[in-house]
Parts: sequence; C-alpha cells; structure tokens
Amino acid sequence: MSTVVNVEEKLFQNRYKVDHGRPHIKIRQPELCRNECKVQSCTYVCPAACYKAEGNGAVTLITDGCLECGSCRIICTELSNVEWEYPRGGHGILFKFG
Amino acid sequence: MSEKFDVIVVGAGPSGNAAAYTAAKAGLSVLQIERGEYPGSKNVQGAILYANALEQIIPDFRDDAPLERHIIEQRMWVLDDESFVGTHFRSDDYNKPPYNRYTIIRAQFDKWFSSKVKEAGALVICETTVECLLMDGDQVVGVRCDRQGGEVFADVVILADGVNSTLARKAGFHGEIQAGNVALAVKEILFMPQETIEARFNVKDEEGVVIEMFGKITDGLMGTGFLYTNRDSITLGVGCMLSDFKQNPNRTSPYAMLEKMKAHPSIAPMIAGGEMKEYCAHLIPEGGFHAVPKVFGNGWMIVGDSGGFVNAVHREGSNLAMTTGRLAAETAIAAKAAGKGFAAKQLAGYKSALDESFVMKDLHKYRDMPSVFHDNSQFFTTYPELVNRAARTMLTVDGIDKKTKEKEIFSSFRKSRSLAGLAGDAFKLWRAFR
Repeated sequence: MSTVVNVEEKLFQNRYKVDHGRPHIKIRQPELCRNECKVQSCTYVCPAACYKAEGNGAVTLITDGCLECGSCRIICTELSNVEWEYPRGGHGILFKFG
Repeated sequence: MSEKFDVIVVGAGPSGNAAAYTAAKAGLSVLQIERGEYPGSKNVQGAILYANALEQIIPDFRDDAPLERHIIEQRMWVLDDESFVGTHFRSDDYNKPPYNRYTIIRAQFDKWFSSKVKEAGALVICETTVECLLMDGDQVVGVRCDRQGGEVFADVVILADGVNSTLARKAGFHGEIQAGNVALAVKEILFMPQETIEARFNVKDEEGVVIEMFGKITDGLMGTGFLYTNRDSITLGVGCMLSDFKQNPNRTSPYAMLEKMKAHPSIAPMIAGGEMKEYCAHLIPEGGFHAVPKVFGNGWMIVGDSGGFVNAVHREGSNLAMTTGRLAAETAIAAKAAGKGFAAKQLAGYKSALDESFVMKDLHKYRDMPSVFHDNSQFFTTYPELVNRAARTMLTVDGIDKKTKEKEIFSSFRKSRSLAGLAGDAFKLWRAFR
C-alpha cells in the first residue's frame, strides 16, 4: 500500500493548545535512533506523523500535532528511547468531539 | 497543604465519572482531577453507549444525556478489495423504549456525565495533570499535581487515567504495556445533513445503524473497522494491533489505512460529501483476561481502560469502564463504613465484585481469543478474500453450472489453506468462542 496521505490536512481540523518550548515527549538519546534503530517504526506508526526520518538517518520529533495515544513509547521496546509524559494540564490536543 | 478527601479519582472518562458519581452520591468527599480543558477533551471512543451500565448508575440518564441515535440495525461486513459479504440484523424490538444502545459524541457526553458528578457533590478540577502518586511506605496516600503546592491527600485513590495507565506504571504496580496487548485505532468524524444520513442508511428520526468490519481494509493486519451514524455526522474508524502496525513490512501508517478504507467502493458512497471536522487516534486495551494487571492495593484501585477492561470480541469498553468505576467506588464506600482502614485487605472486595460481575466473566470466557487471532492472521487476510470470492462465484450468473462453481470454491479454499488448516482454524475459533 503506497497511498500518499497528507496527515497535516487531517491534523489541521483539530484543536490544540501547544505548550510552546515544553514538549511532553522527548527522544532520550537521538544518536541511538540514528545508529542503533534499523526499523524506526515510530516514523510510520505515529498516527500524527510527529516522528520524521531524516535523510542522514536521524529521527526528529515535533510534538505539536500529538494525539497523546502513547504508541511511540510502547513500540520503542528495544531501546526505550522515548521519554513520554502527558502535557501539562490544559495543554495538548483538545478534542471537540472525541 | 493539609486538604484531605475520602477519595481522589484521577481522570474524568466513563470509569472515573462512574466512580466519582457513586462515591459522592453516597456522601463521601470526592476530588476528581482531569487533565483536559473540560471532561471529555482528552477522551476518544467510537462511540457506542450501552444503556445498561449507565442505568445502574443514573437510572434516568435518558432525560438529559446528549445521545445521538439509538441503534436499530447492526451490520457485520467482511471485506476484500472490491466487495463485502455481510449480515444485517435489524429489529423493531430495538425501536421500543427504553433503547438498548446509542451512538454518542464523547466530548459532549463526558461533559454531561461530569455535570452529574458535580451535582452529586464531588469537587471536579480540570486542566490539571496528576504527576505521580504520593506514598507513605507502601500505602498510597494521595497525588501530586502539576500545580503549585499540588499535593492532595485521600484515603483511597481511584486510577481512571486511561489506557496508558501512567500513574500505576510509575508507581511500579505493573510494567509497560505490551504492543501485542493494545490496538491503535484512528477515526474521523464526517458531518453531513441529517436527511442524507437517514436516506443512505434507511432510518428515520433518531434511529441509527452500526457497521462493524474486518478484512482487507486493515492491510492484512489483525484489526477491524467501524462506521457509526450520529445525528448529523458519521464516525468512521479503523484499528489494528499496535505490534502488527510496528512489524508490518509495508510500513503502512494508520492514516493511510484510514484513507484506503474511505476509498473502498462499498464505503465511499456512504460517506460521500461528508465534511471532516476532527481526526483522532487512541489505544484500546485488547489483551483481555490475561493482560488485566493487579487492580487494587494499599489505598488504590484501577478502573476502566487503565486496568485493561475491554471486551474486544464484542467491541465493549465504556460499559466495562462504568461498571468497574462503580464497583471501585462501592468498595471505597464499604471500607469507609467498616472503619478498618484502606489497606489492600480492605479493598479486596473490589476484585471479588469484579469476578462476580459480567466484566471478569466475559473477559474469562474470551481469554484465549487475543492469542488465537494474533497467531492466525489468516482470519483477517485469507478468509475475507475467500468468502468474498465464493460469494462472487456463486452469485454471478454466467452459464456455468452450480456444481462446477461449488468445486471451484472448494478448491480455492483448499489452495489457500490445507484441509487440516481449515479444520484447525474452525477448532481454534470454537475453542476461543465457547
């Protein structure tokens, strides 16, 4: 299945209160993603495409569109390289319908 | 800060609201803490409300709860790329009040449920994330919030913090969730005029239709899709086991899967013209009986998704959530009345009540189901295709006699699965369902 889907268009419909400068998820050691992780499954499993595989083998994370599902933390079993907290109270995704 | 409550409930979803309502109604002092802007703003569900579980908590909920449509028709579809084979069950029995199940929109429903919790006398604080439990030795004595001076104390803390079960994990009550025990689901809500929905689904007034689907829409992974009719919107979603998403060699993203589903020739006409207003993702605990962790201890109990209380086979979750929330609150009420403290021994009644209820009985009945499906992906790949091909062969009128068609169907099954495989699959299913 090679459908190219623009997830940004989907996320654009959502309401967020971004906690600027305080991301609630962090990659603990970025060099582990680049050097130790072959599959980088976060780059295709994350339903909000927060994780991007860069050309140089690195994985970058921007949490602004995060839907707070928890998948990235759970699938990073081998390296446990995802530091995952809920956003501060009132921040993050604010579902209108849910 | 010396403020102390009888009960602190973390989270304002169905389980947390059921717990807070039940405890407050019985006269206990209850603090409920919700991290969202308002109750419901962090919560995602299909969503179907099963009336019975809520009736036991708020018998007259139908008077003012925001309900979308009551379900009069349930469809079950098995899909391949071009077609589906399905069963439809529609009955006028489902049109006689009191109705059995409804579609709901969670952000609205949870807000309503929370208003009932406040009426019952609980103190509800929103926009506050609980960071961790406060311990005195091995006894939970309260929680720490992300507000200044945010330590609050209680005899009992009820953890209704959702599928990620963050607080119990941090406290070491159980380990990290296994990717094979949760499904990742994504969905959209598509708005369209009420008349369009009623014409497309052959319903009127507040009648609604549910379609549960499996087969090729999940790219050969173990998963299901759904379509629910709301008053003037449709929710459409698809979900697969998180472990399968991760291991899928096609590296299919959840949103690509959703788009493919929306484009299916049997689905596209039903949602045509719908205006997409929200895209959600959520984990569903589907590990069943064997994945339920320890659910009570010294001064704490776990309810709802946080405890893995979902019956994946029957697509039931919110009713288990409300029931576990109610039972935990009843246990806290009984412990307070007994006056012997709130150690694990005094809260053990929660587990017995769960075991006595439909919650653990149903989970036990289907205890082998997750592993059967997990180890046998043919149920989600081979069979849907075979069944659709069989239907097409039998129903296409093309001058070939029926006996020859039967042979062709049988040989297509044999080609895909050996006789032993077919018999084995039937046995596995029977074992898991019985």
